[in-house]
Amino acid sequence: MATNKMFFAGTGGMGILLMGQIVGTAAIAEDKAVTFFPSYGPEMRGGTANCTVIVSDNEISSPLVHESDVVVAMTVPSMLKFEPTLKPGGTLFLNKSLIQQAPKRSDITVYEIAASEIAHDMGETRVANIIMLGAFVRTTNIVSSENVEKVIRDYFGERKAALVDINLKAFHHWTP
Amino acid sequence: MSGKVLMKGNEAFSEAAIRGGCRYYFGYPITPQNEIPEYMSRELPKHDGHFIQAESEIGAIMMAYGAGAAGGRVFITSSSPGIALFQEGISLMCSAQVPTVILTVSRCGPGIGGIQPGQADYFQATRGGGNGDYRVPVFAPSSVQEGVDMVYQAMELSDKLRNPVMIFTDGLLGQMMEPVVMPDFVPVPKSDEIRKGKPWALTGYGKDDSKRNTVTSLRIVPDVLEKYVHGLFEKYEQAEKELCRVETFDIEDADMVIVAFGTVARITKEAISMLKEQGIKVGLIRPISLWPFPYDVFNKISPKTKVVISAELSMGQMIQDVELGIAKRFPVRLINRTGGTIPTSLEIAERAKKIYEEIGG
Repeated sequence: MATNKMFFAGTGGMGILLMGQIVGTAAIAEDKAVTFFPSYGPEMRGGTANCTVIVSDNEISSPLVHESDVVVAMTVPSMLKFEPTLKPGGTLFLNKSLIQQAPKRSDITVYEIAASEIAHDMGETRVANIIMLGAFVRTTNIVSSENVEKVIRDYFGERKAALVDINLKAFHHWTP
Repeated sequence: MSGKVLMKGNEAFSEAAIRGGCRYYFGYPITPQNEIPEYMSRELPKHDGHFIQAESEIGAIMMAYGAGAAGGRVFITSSSPGIALFQEGISLMCSAQVPTVILTVSRCGPGIGGIQPGQADYFQATRGGGNGDYRVPVFAPSSVQEGVDMVYQAMELSDKLRNPVMIFTDGLLGQMMEPVVMPDFVPVPKSDEIRKGKPWALTGYGKDDSKRNTVTSLRIVPDVLEKYVHGLFEKYEQAEKELCRVETFDIEDADMVIVAFGTVARITKEAISMLKEQGIKVGLIRPISLWPFPYDVFNKISPKTKVVISAELSMGQMIQDVELGIAKRFPVRLINRTGGTIPTSLEIAERAKKIYEEIGG
């Protein structure tokens, strides 16, 4: 009977929507209901980007979220915007590399991952989102690690096969 | 693509149109439906279909008029201000009895307005902005899967009715992703087979000794036009009987009933379960067909119901149909947002509760 409501948030170009889509696609493989709603507007690379994802064992009525279970924030503005939506006991994942300030809430669990720095050290700054995704998946178990791995393989596929390994490496980097 | 896949509304509706037999798409870019012309431009040619980016929405609908008159299965899409530009063509196609499927991914207005979701085109869709007496069946999905099924079925329905059929979605449904199962491809008649299914179509004079067809919207003699319009309305009367669709729950035993369509109906469902937790029994009426509107379902509302609420993303448009259905038997109130803002389930629940208390529930 579990329903998990999540926000993934950051800056355009970081792969924020991709994080949500990977989670959504993995949820289908587990026969769960899922909705994914991206922010859309006159935005561009460098502007804000976020998506609302709900994964549930039941039919999902509203695809909108006013009270969230999990927030993954890549930047300061995204933390400021979505931290207040967390339920007491909710989980916040922070990209510590870009968020130096501490979250305000004391009734939530916070995981700080220096995703951008780790990605830089791995030689591929674009995988910061997948590093965060790995932390999110293995901490929350909302979708299984195996299914996410499969989605990553399928997504990059043959056309971008060279990117599969680095993304899988990024996905497995952080463990709770 | 036979299993369940995560698809964006706009792309899923496009694929459903192709699978339903659409081979002609004419469009002009407008947010929040731009994924549709993008998808059609890429995918239609793979199915021997034709994509044309028109010079404007007026151009697009006139191309649809032409391709539809020639017997092709046509899908055209736009969003609110673009649908406004379609109106002349919709009137023409209803008059000339030319099928097409029109999808709107509605945004907020008036005017150019904004690009976030809206439902303030309820009048535009159900009453129309074109001239003269005509009707367009309008269906409003509340999930991506329902939208897929509606677009697919509308292809057949529009041919059968020889009339445009509209699918009314909004920016939220167009942009969101949900799991969908795609229906199978329908067989598409070759050009020399079109006349079998559409004996009225303009497929070329004298090819098979058939009579010369005329597709026209001009009838200059009043007696002739009057008789013709009556003929159209016999068709619409039949459609009214056959096409009405509605989802309801708990209206036979409700303290309060909320009427909502499309994405607002989904948000309302969550609001209703919140109100139930507070001991208020709330029923839902979700019109699936906006025209014909399901007026009869309002007769099923329990006499003990205190108030009926119309929840909409407009200043109150569907509420006029709700009032017709209610016929002064219950007080009718509005819960609305406009300008592209969308109420959360919490907001709908709180506002509904306040109305319920004010009314003395």
